[in-house]
Amino acid sequence: MATTVSLPETPHREPTHKYESGVWSWLATTDHKRIGQLYLYTSLFWFIVGGIEAAIIRAQLYNPNSHLVTAQTYNELFTMHGTTMIFLVIMPLSAAFFNFLIPLQIGARDVAFPRLNAFSYWVFLFGGLFLNSSWFLHAAPNGGWFGYAPLTTRPFSPGLNIDFWVIGLQILGISSLAAGFNFITTIINMRAPGMHFMRMPIFSWMAFVTQFLIILAFPIITVALTFLMLDRFFGTNFYEIQAGADPLLWQHLFWLFGHPEVYILILPAFGLVSEVLPVFSRKPLFGYPVMVYSGILIATLGFGVWAHHMFAAGMGPIADAFFSITTMLIAIPTGVKIFNWLGTMWGGSLRFTTAMKFAIGLVALFTIGGISGVMHSSPPSDLQQTDSYFIVAHFHYVLFGGSMMGLFAGLYFYYPKITGRLLNEKLGNWHFWLTAIGMNLTFFPMHFLGLDGMPRRISSYDAGQGWESNNHLASYGAALIVLGTIFFAYNWFTSLRRGAVAGNDPWGGATLEWMIPSPPPDYNFATIPKVTSRYPLWDRKSPELTVNVPHDSQDEQKMDVKIGGQSTGTASAPSDTKLNAPHAHPSARQLGIMMPTPTTKPLIAAFALGTVFVGLIMHKNLPIMLTAAAIFVFSLYNWLLTPLEPEHH
Amino acid sequence: MATAAIDTHDAHAGGEHPPTSTGLNNTKVAIWAFIGSECFFFASLISTYLIYRGRSPVGPFPHDTWKDPATGHVFKGILNIPITSVSTFVLLMSSLAMVLAHSAVVRGDRKSSKIWLAATAFLGATFLGFQAYEFTSFVHEGLTIHTNLFGSSFFVLTGFHGAHVTAGVIWLLTLLSIDMKRGLTPDEAINVDVCALYWHFVDVVWIAIFTLVYLIK
Amino acid sequence: MAADQSHSTLSHDEKGNASPHEHTHPDWGTYKWVALILTLITALEVWIYYIPSFTKTKLFVPTLLTLSAVKFAIVVMFYMHLKYDAKLFRALFLGPLILAGFTIVGLLFLFGHLVIRG
Repeated sequence: MATTVSLPETPHREPTHKYESGVWSWLATTDHKRIGQLYLYTSLFWFIVGGIEAAIIRAQLYNPNSHLVTAQTYNELFTMHGTTMIFLVIMPLSAAFFNFLIPLQIGARDVAFPRLNAFSYWVFLFGGLFLNSSWFLHAAPNGGWFGYAPLTTRPFSPGLNIDFWVIGLQILGISSLAAGFNFITTIINMRAPGMHFMRMPIFSWMAFVTQFLIILAFPIITVALTFLMLDRFFGTNFYEIQAGADPLLWQHLFWLFGHPEVYILILPAFGLVSEVLPVFSRKPLFGYPVMVYSGILIATLGFGVWAHHMFAAGMGPIADAFFSITTMLIAIPTGVKIFNWLGTMWGGSLRFTTAMKFAIGLVALFTIGGISGVMHSSPPSDLQQTDSYFIVAHFHYVLFGGSMMGLFAGLYFYYPKITGRLLNEKLGNWHFWLTAIGMNLTFFPMHFLGLDGMPRRISSYDAGQGWESNNHLASYGAALIVLGTIFFAYNWFTSLRRGAVAGNDPWGGATLEWMIPSPPPDYNFATIPKVTSRYPLWDRKSPELTVNVPHDSQDEQKMDVKIGGQSTGTASAPSDTKLNAPHAHPSARQLGIMMPTPTTKPLIAAFALGTVFVGLIMHKNLPIMLTAAAIFVFSLYNWLLTPLEPEHH
Repeated sequence: MATAAIDTHDAHAGGEHPPTSTGLNNTKVAIWAFIGSECFFFASLISTYLIYRGRSPVGPFPHDTWKDPATGHVFKGILNIPITSVSTFVLLMSSLAMVLAHSAVVRGDRKSSKIWLAATAFLGATFLGFQAYEFTSFVHEGLTIHTNLFGSSFFVLTGFHGAHVTAGVIWLLTLLSIDMKRGLTPDEAINVDVCALYWHFVDVVWIAIFTLVYLIK
Repeated sequence: MAADQSHSTLSHDEKGNASPHEHTHPDWGTYKWVALILTLITALEVWIYYIPSFTKTKLFVPTLLTLSAVKFAIVVMFYMHLKYDAKLFRALFLGPLILAGFTIVGLLFLFGHLVIRG
């Protein structure tokens, strides 16, 4: 293990292990970039599934008194559409970016616990498959994504439907929690030298804040779901009204989780947009510290507003007033963010790439959703709007217009870093405009539908109530979104092979991930960089961009940052262009960098853990549960007692 | 200074673990984050217990006597304070044994470390024994998870705490077996420290439960 | 799993976080006093539980809550050595703890167990 390594002349054949290529290399991977891609493709797959569910809903509601699907199927569709889009699309798509980007942005070679990271993904995959396997048993969850108890208790929902929902969410929660501890440790402990917290890229900051929301909010839903599970399977009384239970207990516990959850969904997208806007404005992020503080403030206040989801439940004037005020307060840090994005673009030399358009899309559309949110922070106004299509319009503006637009911006922005090639801008342009127009056409009329009294979650409606034309518009819009998504999928797959070669830094980025090759080698950084400012690459390439940015360092000095032996100042190293050639970069072994050994132990542990829950849903099948639990414990020991990296002698 | 930093990193690239940016151990940061998360887990359980206090239409109750109108059977307040006080004391003493085990591993004192690790696990197991006795006697007296809201929320709250103690005992026994087999070196004291943090946290949760569930009438 | 990394003397960005934990633990002399105090407080708690005249007063619940909070704090400060350890750990623990405390109090208000009397 010499520290100075001379590269061998010929790409010397290292003893190949079955874990180093093919399917096994994915099943056994501990590489954060590969796990990020697994998250990415899995969540894009669920995006298609959730989108099909939405399309069926819009087809059903196109005409009054429609009988395309039965009321029962309709309940399953809207429940699974919500559950899928929240837990299987936006959260894991954000997790794909956490995985791929956090180590690159903070200058690390991997996350703090690479195998735990793999475990998180496999548990997530298992949870998604578990939840959706219910379709094949004709027992898809049908209680809404919020699963209000006592409606979801056994007497009122006797079938397997809610069992799948309760257990599926429990499994997904384990995945999110494990990932949360991992990323918190990674961000606290794996930053490159000089990467103070206040020099950290803003996406990593928002990811950091999001992880705290995850580890603090998910235990609450875990407890609430455990109560429901115990009620359904073991006859406890937590939600049994006859036994004296309070019908509001579930609602409080659920929204205690549920409101932080919506910030879990939006903050990563905020972070991505805050990376995209400065690069395409050629200006540093306006008010970086304030952006950080407002992110923290949004997250903290997010724990004190949950009951605004329950104004209609009748909590009394003191509670209503309290939660109304805290909800209005949250508009302040959120507004600060929106104005800072505008400030970032103001006077910049703007480049309207697809990523930039989606980012601006978030700023515009999220603002609309945010404003309708402030409207129903006032209880009297909320009582008119609650359970109507106005609410549907509101949360689709923040989740589709906000989170998804931000995530699309991130996808166009980071696709070259992930794959080494650029997405086609022309097709991207079609994707953006179809999505943006389709989105507004779908959801803007819903404001009027809601104010005209159309309730949510109804499978059909009578003609002659003045709802027809707006429902027509909404369904046309949904068709445009589908069309836009087809453009996106076509663009994605053709660009993988035919896209323009990206090079290290196709956009003129400012942060560390842009100084390494695309796609990055498995060790990311041949030499861990030393960071001296918030915009290390601009300092070197375009110092004029950062003259006004305070460099909070006493010993300001330009470090030579070397990538694969080459200084970053000489940007386009020839090796960057040799894509898809694994030997384009020296391997970790040649550089003497110790990387974690690939292992399937996390996969086995995740599979065994999931099987325990499968046993539970199969009428508490004890032999399956106990066997799986034993395998889980065994594989956990096997995993924890094996060193992370190969033993060096 | 800067060159030194790069050099050191190269040295670490050669096999050792890279130093962390805060100088703190990764696992220890993770366990503290986990403990923070557990605060919310137990806060939810404790809240539910407290919300449901006094809401059960039927007994048995924790402190008050209840006469079943159907059978005329009289249930006394079911909580056994003397027994639980002893088990609380046992758990507190296990925390003392735990810190002594950790400081023995830090000193490299293998004889003491084995004794104190074993003592901690033993005291933890004793606490679990008390809990098993308590649960079975409650069932005999007619309180199960099905009986009433008190039964559901009591058994689930204390049961989850007991599950945490069980996991802790298994963890301690694992450390003990490693110590017996090849000895825990002072370099590995961090592994004991992390286990100790978990163990003490389980202890402080019990401090809260003992007061909120058992003592407050 | 991970080897001990706390001996690192490198790159401490955060002031005050760098001290290796081995040297900051309290010793047997402290531990035995801590154990004694915890035992005495527990005994006191159980003792006042058995004073019928006291349990009926308004002071009973606040007294018990205070005593258990003191025990809680002592264990966290000394046994979990948060008093001696890096400040970062304090933030990681106290932030969630305080938020969780507010949540419990908030829920008890909402369910009418705590009432504001004007």
